[in-house]
Amino acid sequence: MPLSATLAAAHFAQLRPRLVAFARLQLRDANAAEDAVQETLLTAFEKSATFEGRSEFETWVFGILKYKILDQLRQQRRQGTWQPLDQDLDDDTLDRLFQQDGHWQSAARPSHWGEPEQVLENQRFWQVFDACLIALPESIARVFTLRELMGLSTTEICKEIGITETNCWVILHRARLRLRECLDHGWLN
Amino acid sequence: MLMCREATELMSLKQDTTLSLRDQLALRIHLSMCQACRTCARQFNLLHQAGKRHPASLLNSRQTFDD
Repeated sequence: MPLSATLAAAHFAQLRPRLVAFARLQLRDANAAEDAVQETLLTAFEKSATFEGRSEFETWVFGILKYKILDQLRQQRRQGTWQPLDQDLDDDTLDRLFQQDGHWQSAARPSHWGEPEQVLENQRFWQVFDACLIALPESIARVFTLRELMGLSTTEICKEIGITETNCWVILHRARLRLRECLDHGWLN
Repeated sequence: MLMCREATELMSLKQDTTLSLRDQLALRIHLSMCQACRTCARQFNLLHQAGKRHPASLLNSRQTFDD
């Protein structure tokens, strides 16, 4: 049975905080996130009657949100409110984690996190994951979220934010090293 | 000889593109000898899975509404 208007409204009310949280992670701006979610809900509302199940519906709404987030990102770039910043990339991540000869610093050696399935079921892992993501420098976090949370290829990311693919790979390397370092500290201890 | 620093570069690159055969081999040899980098490779894989599951984890966080 298609979703009734009342049921759809209840779904939206429940979805909204999660959509906003997701958008804020990507856009790092409360107003831009609200705008993206607002437009998503308007689009979704028009089509909600065509959906039967809840999970199918939610996946679809998140799919719309991804496009709206990319729209917002382009707008931020056009307005000059966000540019990928060189100083964010000029950090000491590699020197902190590795010795001069290229070996791990002993304090930075990765710890075992346990079985992936169990880790991903753990609520605490997700709290620390989000906290670590927010703690990353903005340019690094954005490239990481575009790649890993939104599923864009590095070629697509180059186009969206105007950096070279090599630069993109360098940023992702740092993002992953820093995230895993942060999770090592924040989650296991 | 590939060191840990460069090995993590290749592990990261592997998440985004296909490595050249030469890089694949160099990485495989390094990983066979280096416990810390094997752990790091597993963590990078997990970050990748976490990224894919993230919206779903938001979805799973509040199951108060039932169909």
